Amino acid sequence: MNAPARNALVVSGLRKSYAGREVVCGVDLQVAPGECFGLLGPNGAGKTTTMKLCLGLADPDAGQIELLGHAVPEEGREARAEVGVVPQFDSLDPDFTVAENLVVYGRYFGLNDRDIRARIPELLEFSGLTGRADARIQTLSGGMKRRLTLARALVNDPRMLFLDEPTTGLDPQARHLIWERLRHLLQEGKTLILTTHFMEEAERLCTRVAIMDNGRIITQGSPRALIAQHVEPHVVEVHGPGVDSWAERGKTLAARVERAGETVFCYAADPAPLLADLKGEPELIYLHRPANLEDLFLKLTGRDLRD
Amino acid sequence: MNARLYRLPALSLRAIAVWRRNWLVWRKLAVASMLGNLADPLIMLFGLGYGLGAALGNVGGTSYFAFLASGMVASSTMYAATFESLFSAFSRMHIQKTWEAIVNAPMLLEDVLAGEWIWAATKSFSAGGCMLVVIGLLGYTSSLLALAVIPVLLLIGLAFAAMGLAMNALATGYDFFSYYMTLVLTPMLMLSGVFFPFENLPQAVQMISMALPLYHGVALVRPLLAGEIPHAALLHLAVLVAYALAAFYVAVVLTRRRLQK
Repeated sequence: MNAPARNALVVSGLRKSYAGREVVCGVDLQVAPGECFGLLGPNGAGKTTTMKLCLGLADPDAGQIELLGHAVPEEGREARAEVGVVPQFDSLDPDFTVAENLVVYGRYFGLNDRDIRARIPELLEFSGLTGRADARIQTLSGGMKRRLTLARALVNDPRMLFLDEPTTGLDPQARHLIWERLRHLLQEGKTLILTTHFMEEAERLCTRVAIMDNGRIITQGSPRALIAQHVEPHVVEVHGPGVDSWAERGKTLAARVERAGETVFCYAADPAPLLADLKGEPELIYLHRPANLEDLFLKLTGRDLRD
Repeated sequence: MNARLYRLPALSLRAIAVWRRNWLVWRKLAVASMLGNLADPLIMLFGLGYGLGAALGNVGGTSYFAFLASGMVASSTMYAATFESLFSAFSRMHIQKTWEAIVNAPMLLEDVLAGEWIWAATKSFSAGGCMLVVIGLLGYTSSLLALAVIPVLLLIGLAFAAMGLAMNALATGYDFFSYYMTLVLTPMLMLSGVFFPFENLPQAVQMISMALPLYHGVALVRPLLAGEIPHAALLHLAVLVAYALAAFYVAVVLTRRRLQK
């Protein structure tokens, strides 16, 4: 690459209120080209609104956005010409076939039918839908619809993709296939921004994540570094009869103990004392695992339910 | 207030892509759609035109059937534009999220609305046009001036499609539209000289009629079908254009407020 490494997305001081409630409260973000950036947060954290603002689909109350060198929202149209979007909710055209969906969507980019049709075999192959060009949307599974939505987002050969909860509602097979396809796009050098509340997804895909809650970014960095910084490396989850009385002893053996319903989570730098103690408790069921992004997420955003 | 909300629509040819999307859907359902557009007004026309016409004799200097037929060319255009811009547009905007998908591409909300606007006008034009053909085949119009009805129908379609899109932006659900249909369009149908000469209305009510777009549509269509140049044609055209443009602007602002929150 000869061009100077200019950020794909720069957001500073972004604010947005709806009906008197501030849902984005001073967000700063920078996404480098070729990066997979994850915006994580519980429901209602402001992830989708942040994305919408970055795409120029809503007007911010304050702050600056530069997407692929274009000032947004003023040059939203120019910016979106080089971007693909996979929205959270299915918005495929139910009246059209798979191929018609791609052709009609390509026209919104000002592409002519012949160029779009020439691209369709490649897009279908990429999304595992070869041979389905004439299938009606209603006959596709949830995973196929998601993949078609991904193919639709690639119709303009974008430099950058925005994916809003790309695997929500999919079964594990379908989810793994999407992840594999997204990695492929990263290898091609495309920049990805995704929102998710699946920590596993973020850990597998993202080079960098930002954790968002109540409209603010609480922390950002690489998943590994963030986990190392905030969470003890070992986690032992314990449940079963008598876990209440054991929890008191657990507190002396672990650096930190959390309770969620009937399960006790013990966080420790050295798990050996915990595991040795649990060997003497045949009634208790336990699981020892390394700390992950979900532990970090729960530590930073709490265990309360969000609606 | 946010000035971007009220800025004038930046219209572009990208709107054609939205029109073509709707056209592709319509092509698949064309026969059913055409029958639906034609059946209702034709049943009304034949029922009232022949039935009531026999009792009434001549109305407004012509047979009641011919009188009613010209009114119904205008009113069926109004209804077709309204249905498309209310129910069909609402399905695309709210249920199918089609509009949201479109604006993720380099399309502005005004491109989407302009495409829907012109589409609804096109469809309403085809509804009014079908009526026109039937009336012509029945021999109720023979003048070449009848061809001048075609642009008038497009204009009526644009006015009511824009009004429908503004209502669409306010709608909470399909039920919302029945208020508009019952409280706005039905009175307008009665006050605009579709079923009986508007001169039969009390003076005060005639003043209201003259503010309604359908009245001006009927005032253009009826003489043209009878082979006469309409009186004050430019005024009637100007009112329809004003309704179309003002309502489209309102529709853009209200839809921005709804979707770009």
